[in-house]
Amino acid sequence: MRRFNLANLLTEAVRGHEGWGRQWRSPEPKKSYDVVVVGGGGHGLGTAHYLAEVHGITNVAVLEKGWIGGGNTGRNTTIIRSNYLYDESAHLYEHAVKLWEGLSRDLNYNVMYSQRGVMMLAHNVHDVQVFKRHVYANRLNGVDNEWLTPEQAQAYCPPLSIDPRARYPVLGAALQRRGGTARHDAVAWGYARAADARGVDIIQNCEVTGFRRDPATGAVTGVETTRGFIGATRVGVAAAGHTSVIMERAGVRMPLQSFPLQALVSEPVKPVFPCVVMSNAVHAYISQSDKGELVIGAGTDQYASYSQQGGLQITTHTLDAICEIFPRFSRMRMLRNWGGIVDVTPDRSPIIGKTPVPGLYVNCGWGTGGFKATPGSAHVFAHTLATGEPHPINAPFTLDRFRTGRLIDEAAAAAVAH
Amino acid sequence: MLLITCPHCGPRPELEFRWGGEAHVARPADPSALDDRAWSEFLFVRNNPKGLFAERWNHAHGCQRWFNALRDTHSDKFVATYPAGAPRPDIAAEDAR
Ligand SMILES: Cc1cc2nc3c(=O)[nH]c(=O)nc-3n(C[C@H](O)[C@H](O)[C@H](O)COP(=O)(O)OP(=O)(O)OC[C@H]3O[C@@H](n4cnc5c(N)ncnc54)[C@H](O)[C@@H]3O)c2cc1C
Ligand SMILES: [Zn+2]
Repeated sequence: MRRFNLANLLTEAVRGHEGWGRQWRSPEPKKSYDVVVVGGGGHGLGTAHYLAEVHGITNVAVLEKGWIGGGNTGRNTTIIRSNYLYDESAHLYEHAVKLWEGLSRDLNYNVMYSQRGVMMLAHNVHDVQVFKRHVYANRLNGVDNEWLTPEQAQAYCPPLSIDPRARYPVLGAALQRRGGTARHDAVAWGYARAADARGVDIIQNCEVTGFRRDPATGAVTGVETTRGFIGATRVGVAAAGHTSVIMERAGVRMPLQSFPLQALVSEPVKPVFPCVVMSNAVHAYISQSDKGELVIGAGTDQYASYSQQGGLQITTHTLDAICEIFPRFSRMRMLRNWGGIVDVTPDRSPIIGKTPVPGLYVNCGWGTGGFKATPGSAHVFAHTLATGEPHPINAPFTLDRFRTGRLIDEAAAAAVAH
Repeated sequence: MLLITCPHCGPRPELEFRWGGEAHVARPADPSALDDRAWSEFLFVRNNPKGLFAERWNHAHGCQRWFNALRDTHSDKFVATYPAGAPRPDIAAEDAR
């Protein structure tokens, strides 16, 4: 791998940038690996990277049924924040934000993490009370979050309408200044490039169709794929919306339902929107990409589906709300919309850890909000795969919590997951 | 938007309906006899197939009745809708396509 640095940049500048070469190999799968990771999204690729970088385990394959980053990693609205209510979640997402802050340097790849601030609007008394509680809980956990008056909110985000007669009046806002956005594709590519450089095989167009198990112990001995059998005694599944489908092939039933989640972008315009604004009450999320498009996210459709598309009424509802809160956007044209399939747990918190099958580990349940967690999730999942035991940060996020009852109920805390 | 055929009212737009999760999840006959694992299954674990799925819908802005549907979650095509209490129609995934 050629590093991106000033000397190489200058050399390539005079050579017409023809010497960079491929950023990662496209190898034939080997007969077996020490660890196989199923799913080439940010979480899976990051896991492979940290297995190699932190734990020195480089005989690793990432198996991806399509192309890397073609799942939710490449479909999301890239909002990053860590101001979650419960201690367990705050630690997990804050671990991720800390890694985001150094990620471009760690990977030698610009993931464009922009700490432009994430502002969550309060539209009613309940919102105000809940957000203030979040602010205090976050501070106790060392996570930055502050309360803004409507005037302060508008000063931070000038397009915001704080007209008290509005349909969704702004009574205040919670602002996490260290939150922001990152370039989704760059996250997949940066992890892929860094992992590949350490010897990890990234194998695309390779769908995992089943598991081989030791008849005596039940432990995994490898995976069946569309490109043949690949041996591994440690398998980590990070397949987002398709987790239930894969785990069923190992005989494990998951507490998950898969829903379509939609997003859309506008035509590109000059910089008009300086930060990220979320409104849980109206299910709208908006920011402006560096290309100039407004990036807008909606809520999930109501029914379980794998169709990667949802109803137009969902996006219409979101746009109605956006135009109420930001009247100046009412005449902008939308360019594209799409859907991804998100895997939702009953408590809206992820599952990262062991399964009843020895050697099989799972990282799923990120639902509508796992992009922000990518580096942290990958880091602790790599630890779990390398040592066989969870990292203290993911220890509470077991599959078994749905039996013990120790839920991490962000669903109740935030009313929406994101 | 889905077009959903309420067994009592006929085809109506999805806006009139609320989705109710998996159908035919029976409440345990003797709840006090359940151990934690069985409770967990009943409360939290659901089928989540990519293919035919039996699910509940409520015609909230219509007759307000609950009914069940068989839908292919890959194509979102409804294969059958039937009143609550009726058994799941015996349709294989291949026939539904
Ligand atoms: C519209 C939308 C907006 C979102 N907005 C945000 C946001 O603003 N902030 C945020 O934090 N999160 C957001 N999310 C959620 C976020 O995108 C996900 O939680 C996160 O990207 C999941 O990453 P992943 O690597 O686990 O999954 P993915 O990127 O989906 O990767 C999983 C991979 O597994 C592969 N796979 C599946 N089955 C198999 C198989 N059998 N064999 C091999 N490979 C397989 C898939 O092809 C896929 O590439 C959003 C999601 C969507 C859909
Ligand atoms: Zn009806």
